[in-house]
Amino acid sequence: MNPFMRGMTQPRTRRDVFRLAGASAAGLALAACGVQGQKAAPPKADAVADFWAKQKKNGKVVFANWPEYMPEDKGPLEKFKADTGIAYEYKEVIQENAEFFGKADPVLRAGQSLGYDIVVMTNGIQLQHMIDLGYAVALDHSKLPNFQANAGQKYKERAYDPGNKYTVPYTSGVTGIAYNTDYVKDDITSIEALFDQKYKGRVGMMADAQEIANFGMIALGIDPEKSSEADWQKAGEKLKAQRDAGIVRKYYDQSYIDAVSKGDIWLSMAWSGDVFQRQLAGEPVKFVVPAEGGTIWTDNMLIPKGAANPLDALMLMDYLYQPAIAAELDEFIQYVTPVPAVQDLLREKAEQAKGEEKQTLDDMVNSPLMFPSDADYAKLRSYTPLTTQQEQVFNPIFQSITQA
Amino acid sequence: MRRLTPYLLALPGWMWLAIFLVVPMAAMASVSLQTGNAIDGFAMTFSFSNYGDALSTYSTQLLRSLLYGGLATVAMLLIGYPVAYWIAFRGGRRKSMYLFLLLLPFFVSFVLRTISWNFLLADNGILFGTLKDWGLLPEGFHVLATTFAVVGGLTYNFLPFMILPIYVALERVDPRVVEAAQDLYATRAAAFRRVVLPLSLPGVFAGVLMTFVPATADPVNAQILGGTSNTMIGNIIQTEYLTNLDYPTASALSFTLMAILLVGIFVYAKALGTENVLEAAAR
Repeated sequence: MNPFMRGMTQPRTRRDVFRLAGASAAGLALAACGVQGQKAAPPKADAVADFWAKQKKNGKVVFANWPEYMPEDKGPLEKFKADTGIAYEYKEVIQENAEFFGKADPVLRAGQSLGYDIVVMTNGIQLQHMIDLGYAVALDHSKLPNFQANAGQKYKERAYDPGNKYTVPYTSGVTGIAYNTDYVKDDITSIEALFDQKYKGRVGMMADAQEIANFGMIALGIDPEKSSEADWQKAGEKLKAQRDAGIVRKYYDQSYIDAVSKGDIWLSMAWSGDVFQRQLAGEPVKFVVPAEGGTIWTDNMLIPKGAANPLDALMLMDYLYQPAIAAELDEFIQYVTPVPAVQDLLREKAEQAKGEEKQTLDDMVNSPLMFPSDADYAKLRSYTPLTTQQEQVFNPIFQSITQA
Repeated sequence: MRRLTPYLLALPGWMWLAIFLVVPMAAMASVSLQTGNAIDGFAMTFSFSNYGDALSTYSTQLLRSLLYGGLATVAMLLIGYPVAYWIAFRGGRRKSMYLFLLLLPFFVSFVLRTISWNFLLADNGILFGTLKDWGLLPEGFHVLATTFAVVGGLTYNFLPFMILPIYVALERVDPRVVEAAQDLYATRAAAFRRVVLPLSLPGVFAGVLMTFVPATADPVNAQILGGTSNTMIGNIIQTEYLTNLDYPTASALSFTLMAILLVGIFVYAKALGTENVLEAAAR
């Protein structure tokens, strides 16, 4: 019998129990003061100016980003280092917005530093929290000349961060439908395919509440950005019916792409760049933006509160907006760049290239997944911005479907 | 001074418990009774209805977790006991090697191990793909995204925690005791039932505890191997905590789960007769 088991199974004396209760009560009193709210008023303009006036270049920057979001040779960052003398640390530590925010929140709430100077987050609930809670440092646009000169107009007018006060885009992508051409012989064009009995048990949907809500609403012809609570309920019913009919196999996170390419599921909600990278690897997957519409999202760079090297971070953000640097980055990650000039640069490069490389570059230049045309953009919807109160209605509707 | 020495020596241990167990538990108990949201903050309102609301919303997932945990524990016992028995009595000089082989896969991270099941059991993967090509399985056959996959994953992932305690208990059984039973005209079955099994009960007891509790609370297997209605309570707590930042609901659910498991353990200890178990162990 080991001592652990003995402790578990031997009777305790009454005195022990009272002692334990006393200790717990003391702890309870200690903790009863509640969790502090942090809702922050936007900083005043002169406070922002003061903050930036005090910052000096420290010669170092720590960049926290998602996997597969930087060429393997770190080319753009190496060039930054050569041009500015600022050393970089690049960490692929962000896998999911909710998880990242869940981990970062207690640290920032306690007034401590995350240890990162730039973090990248998708527009959505968690980014909204970062801004509302005052966790994002207001940017000094006088130090972002490349962004002013080179960012596309769409990337300067975003509802979730008007005037790019706290964030600048890193890259955008599209949520649409991916399908495995070994199993799906028809060309998929409509979002209704995801609700088709024909693919019973072979459809993957996303577990993320906003992603799945968007597709439920788009299928009903509702624009998510202008949706109301009644619309969410309707979308919820549609998605519940889809699940109860056995059409959905599973609600996926990032793992959906493996499931589609292996054939566990035949079609799925999907993120554009993932599918593009799989296609280049020769897997039988195809991506389509449904005729009814898809969603466009943007991953944004921001400087978290308490960052040690804010000025170096701001310089790096701006550096990535030089067309040549943005082109080098986009050629690898193959998402939608916020710098429109990249398309011409890649076109020029394609003209000089030969053979297979030329073909690949031509495909990129003409890809609606990397350079959506205005007609493509017209089909793309944005996430619903939600207040905290709305979130408490929104989340249960869709989580009761994905987490039954 | 001499009388104080043992207490002083135990002080680091008590401090550890106080700081890392009592204080967080108290804080969690406190949070479970608060209301509010992460943006405006939570305030203590002694709202015991948090428990009622959480339970009524998630009773399905809670019961399902207990069921899956129970099924996995039974499966582990059925698989684990014979393995432990074989190593203890038939392992010979190679006992340590068998134990090492048993533990070898568990040097790989928990999540990675579970993901590799995902790979192995893929609909058209190396196992089922081959069987389907031979026409031994229907085309639509699949194991992933089913209850079976989740319970199977739990069984696999916690199996060593069942085998090791049973092995330790069996290893201590003196073979001469079994010989004596047979000398007294017990059949082999009777000797097992009347002598070996009772002596191994402390191991079974420990094994069940060490597997049922973590298996019931586990979120990983349901997420990676499960389908549309295999969500377990661990997944719900994770979502409430990390995605919804609804700390009161997450805390209330954690406490409810803990209470259910504690009550279950005490009932189980009584039913199995802790006294007998301890006596058998002391011998």
